[in-house]
Amino acid sequence: MGFLFEDGNFALFRDGFLQTIELSALSALLALLLGTLLAAFRVSPIPALRGFGTAWVTLFRNTPLTVLFFAVTFGLPPLGVHFSHLTFAVLALGSYTASFVCEVLRSGINTVPLGQAEAARSLGMTFGQTLTSIVLPQAARTVLAPLSSVFIALPRNSAIAGAFSVSELYSAQQSFSEDGYSIFAIFFWVACAYLVISAVVALLFRFLEDRLAVAR
Amino acid sequence: MRTRRTFAVALCAIALTATAACGKDGTPGDAAASGSTAPKLPTYTVKTDAKVDSAIFAEAKKRGQLIIGAKSDQPFLGFEDLASGDRSGFDIEIAKMVAADLGFTPQQIKWQTLVSSQREPAISKGQIDFYVGTYSINDERKKTVSFAGPYFIAGQDFLVKADNTSITGPESVNGKNICTATGSTSIKNIQQYSPKITQFDTYSACVEKLLSGEVDAVTTDDAILKGYASKYAPKLKVVGKPFTKENYGVGLNKDDAALRGAISDALKAHQDNGDWKKAYDATLGLSGSAAPTPPALERY
Repeated sequence: MGFLFEDGNFALFRDGFLQTIELSALSALLALLLGTLLAAFRVSPIPALRGFGTAWVTLFRNTPLTVLFFAVTFGLPPLGVHFSHLTFAVLALGSYTASFVCEVLRSGINTVPLGQAEAARSLGMTFGQTLTSIVLPQAARTVLAPLSSVFIALPRNSAIAGAFSVSELYSAQQSFSEDGYSIFAIFFWVACAYLVISAVVALLFRFLEDRLAVAR
Repeated sequence: MRTRRTFAVALCAIALTATAACGKDGTPGDAAASGSTAPKLPTYTVKTDAKVDSAIFAEAKKRGQLIIGAKSDQPFLGFEDLASGDRSGFDIEIAKMVAADLGFTPQQIKWQTLVSSQREPAISKGQIDFYVGTYSINDERKKTVSFAGPYFIAGQDFLVKADNTSITGPESVNGKNICTATGSTSIKNIQQYSPKITQFDTYSACVEKLLSGEVDAVTTDDAILKGYASKYAPKLKVVGKPFTKENYGVGLNKDDAALRGAISDALKAHQDNGDWKKAYDATLGLSGSAAPTPPALERY
């Protein structure tokens, strides 16, 4: 188990850990923004936007993440889109997770009693105002628990980026394996690192739930 | 992880054949077969009186089949055509010539694809009789398995576009974008020369990036690179300035000195009768680099 503290291994491990956190945080941000927008599209009165939202969710939720990474990393550059590999990874992971966030939020929107929207409308609020100030806040607070599952899965999904030139935990694990360190020791530390990330996300959501949960 | 890698390889294969930008469809075998002047693969005379005082050999004779470990994703080295199931490449030829001297026809060989990390366990557990697939002889591995050979000396080199003249060796790559496989020893070797490294978990992904011009070179053992150069001839070339030394050997059970001797004898015999060179010319030789002198065997 002590291999982590031998010649320079810790630096590689730490860099991988930080890279995983950076990738996860950026993807989570993108997923949250994009997912909320998509949820709004899916319940909007405009058929084109609803269609777009449905198409996005169907496409991204049903495509294996590896295929998405592959499509982004190898499909965009020939079209003249050149980003760093981290950006490509954030795009792939963020768009994928956004489709899950969208569906979770949509289920939350369905829990908000219809009377709320009707009351808002009778006060003269537009669709946008009803959604952003009445329906979405209640919906988001209802779905904190399933949302936490989505964001706990995200850092673990980020491991795929290691195969696409992002030097995060998975690629650190590959380097250690090639160096011939015991596979159990490597996976022990890598598993610990993911556990720490997941636990922090879970605690954060627990805190939010305590503060924000809707009592009905 | 294995499935992920297999999946990635499969994807690469799809991407490589599907995109028009990256050259011809089909398998390396097609390329070798086209053109009447292309070098022909040698055929080997199967010995009928082979006798080796080895338990593994006796077992293989009894079952009438030789189980040989190989790689399946390295064009012109150890490659499996997924459609037809045919294996081709230099390593495959080496395995066939050894098998012939042990008294087994190519039809009596049962191929077993094993990735690098599974080689030592499979050999020591007896799941395969021996392994031929870019297997570098080193002291660490000699603790668990033994090696016959070397049958080829490879070295880390660079694969570049055919019109590239700026990359001439490791000293010229500083600031260039170099691609290699995640976790490979090639990364450590190249890091001393250039900080800008792109990593994918397969070399075929790197080759794809090289073809699309996003990286300047791909680096790993020249044997592997020559395979890709042959596959994409004349678009790609190998620089030809290897800066490390990898002795490829046939990996087999550590305690089986008799079989090791027999495999060494077979390798020596086929080097002497010219089969080795013929096999090289018809596989890796298609990249344009001439056959090196076969390495001297190391018998221990």
